[in-house]
Amino acid sequence: MKKSFNLILITFLLQVSISFSQNYIEGVISYENESGEIIPFPGVTVFWENTTVGTLTNIDGNYKLLNSSVSNKLVFKFLGYKEQIIDVSNKKFYNVTMMKDENVLDEVVVNKKRKTIQKSYFKTQNIINVSSEELLKAACCNISESFETNPSIDVSYSNAITGVKQVKMLGLESPYLLITEENIPMIRGASQVYGLSFIPGTWVESMQITKGAGSVVNGFESISGQINVELKKPYSDTPFFVNVYSNNMGRNEVNIHGNKIINEKLSTGLYLHANKNTSINDKNNDGFLDNPTSNAFNIFNRWQYINTQKGTVSFLGIRYMNDDKVIGENTEDVVFIRNPWKGEINTNRFDSNFKFGYVNPSIPYQSLGFQMAYSNHDQDSFFGIRNYNINQNSFYSSLIYNSILGSTLNKIKFGLNYSYDDFDEIVDKKNVFYNRIDKSIGGFFEYSYDSVDAVSLVAGIRYDIHNNLGSFFTPRFHLRYQPFEKSVLRLSAGTGRKSSNIFSENQNIFTSGRQIKISNEFGNFYGLDPEKAINYGLSFRQGFFINNREGDITFDYYVTDFDNQIVVDWETQGELSFYNLNGKSFSKSLQIDLEYQIIDNVLIKSTFKNFDVKKQYDSGFKQNPLTPKNRFFTNIEASTNEKENGSKWKFDFTYNWIGKQRLPSHTELIDFEGYSPNYSLVNSQITRVFSNKFEMYVGGENIGGYTQSNPIVGGYPFGTDFDTSIVYAPIHGALFYVGLRFNN
Amino acid sequence: MKYIIILSLFFSSLGFSQQNNLKSLNVSFLVKGVCEMCKDRIENGTIKLKGVKYVNWDIMSSNVSLIYNSKKISLDEIHKGISLLGHSTNKYTAPSEIYNNLPDCCMYETLEKH
Repeated sequence: MKKSFNLILITFLLQVSISFSQNYIEGVISYENESGEIIPFPGVTVFWENTTVGTLTNIDGNYKLLNSSVSNKLVFKFLGYKEQIIDVSNKKFYNVTMMKDENVLDEVVVNKKRKTIQKSYFKTQNIINVSSEELLKAACCNISESFETNPSIDVSYSNAITGVKQVKMLGLESPYLLITEENIPMIRGASQVYGLSFIPGTWVESMQITKGAGSVVNGFESISGQINVELKKPYSDTPFFVNVYSNNMGRNEVNIHGNKIINEKLSTGLYLHANKNTSINDKNNDGFLDNPTSNAFNIFNRWQYINTQKGTVSFLGIRYMNDDKVIGENTEDVVFIRNPWKGEINTNRFDSNFKFGYVNPSIPYQSLGFQMAYSNHDQDSFFGIRNYNINQNSFYSSLIYNSILGSTLNKIKFGLNYSYDDFDEIVDKKNVFYNRIDKSIGGFFEYSYDSVDAVSLVAGIRYDIHNNLGSFFTPRFHLRYQPFEKSVLRLSAGTGRKSSNIFSENQNIFTSGRQIKISNEFGNFYGLDPEKAINYGLSFRQGFFINNREGDITFDYYVTDFDNQIVVDWETQGELSFYNLNGKSFSKSLQIDLEYQIIDNVLIKSTFKNFDVKKQYDSGFKQNPLTPKNRFFTNIEASTNEKENGSKWKFDFTYNWIGKQRLPSHTELIDFEGYSPNYSLVNSQITRVFSNKFEMYVGGENIGGYTQSNPIVGGYPFGTDFDTSIVYAPIHGALFYVGLRFNN
Repeated sequence: MKYIIILSLFFSSLGFSQQNNLKSLNVSFLVKGVCEMCKDRIENGTIKLKGVKYVNWDIMSSNVSLIYNSKKISLDEIHKGISLLGHSTNKYTAPSEIYNNLPDCCMYETLEKH
């Protein structure tokens, strides 16, 4: 909601209200081409003289414009053509042929493509906008995989069994991120590990990644950053879309979207996703499936209501998903003298949400937003002889009011949030039962000095009352200083807290034989205390022109300092301990990004990252295991010039170098001397766009085929030494895929 | 009571923002300009005039829509203020020495819209 509502409404006030009203003028604009044919002319500006009321002709050269009470002269304009003004009388249709203006200079073509990952010079916070076009680069399949082409977020396998990819930001795991879907906290609690993989990539319109302390508006939970996912909207999405994907590991996916504009106010969309993987892959011959066989579907229906006269927008959404995975030892054509180690992860999730926004059309800077969401997440699973079931009922609601102080340079936001979560868990061999209810109510206030001049700032504070975390303030602060047009410095600081779901956040313990130990310190979370941290950092970006081509370099340095953390201790073979931090824990992350348009249509991005993530374990002060200290990333994207029918070729190439990682000790890994080797990964994709409606793609992931030779250690899978979580590299070798996209 | 902190946070902010709407006037008039850069110039310059609360300049029609506090600034002063940015309005013509210093792409007297 918030800002986007304002924007949406203003845009609609300008366009929609005009075209849907009853007393309008319409017609077709055309021009004569070199061979003398009369061709429809799209993109011509049509407006009433001396007014703000206007429109553009559509692809067929048609325009439609509300009658004006102040003007009877209609103006038609297009650069390089003579401006035409016609007097409008009682007629309803006016067709115009535009004439070339021979006096203007030869056409100057300004060729600038919108980047798929955008960083702004003007926004106060360090926000990276990821468009749906960027998401296409990782054709498969869900959001957690889409980050592989994005240097701000690291993706790695969490274990050798479930095929789940884990995301990290600033060196910290995803539970320390606040992941919202259209500003409703979404991937949390029970869905923490698998949640991102349950959002199909094609449903996503854009994503906003905030590094460091985020805004106070969405809650106190974010510690290392925020990811917001905007889904497609029925009103603006294409009426029909199909995507089909298939890879050589046996995974097949299909996405179908249909959107219908029912009338000028109401539209609806139905989004379907299904994927299936039935093939048995054990390429590394360790006796275990490299990735699970799976079966999933996901259905989402949303309704959008817009009333431009009254200034209201509303969304209603209902969604259901089911995902079944089968994991474990390959039992096909193999004779077992003992029971095979098998497992299943079955998840059902129901989501519903309602949003309402109001902007008084005559006071566009004031708006009110309300949203509420209910979800149920139910996971039933077993891993060998270990069980893990979790059921979470969750309710969230927020009310936000946007206004100004004096002028739109000084903006304020304030409001209330309420959240309720009910967790039921059944854990491990003895089926220990845990039940917890988290309830919180909070109020927030955020002030921003929103100027495009040298300095702008956002300062927010919130106060929350939580049944298990206590009552506390959460301050967050952001400052932007732009001394020169192409130089911008950003500072941010803020605190965050988190209630921990130790089992659901660390489900890879169940795919090991490790004995779970929880030190009871009489806290509210499994006997442990809440997590609390402060995050501060700075980002400096310098833009430049070399050879008349644009580029920029960005330095980011962020520190997260934990006051308390629940330490997940993998240091002792055969054991996994959870305990409160007793000493220091921090994550220092340095990232240097270089981006340069080397020639027309070729953009190069390179990133170097250094993470220093250390904490005090019972066994000493150590670097976090399985966190590479250094990483290097390069992405090259290229395309041919677009032909008139929209056809072109697109090429994308990503190179990742992952430095050595500290490994938890295990007798079978003694040869490694504590560290994994460094390695490189190459991904590439070629897309053939045939027209604006149809495209096909082929691609490969991990083309070099680097794999970890021994991702599963410990021999007998029911013993305590068994471990699948010491994973530093891909499990499977090169993966190739093909797919197509059609929209109408 | 701790809940009072939340309520006072909410209602004091509500009070803050409500004083805004009195004496507000909406107007719209012509301001000459060409491009996105003109839009930034016009909007950033106008919002800094004391009493102007909201401004939006439309490239297509060259019209500015704004909301201002009539107790703090008059419409005439707004016209004058905008013309001093180098952009003529339908009441005041921009002084030529300021106009001549506009970025090249904003020379609305000679350029087409782009």
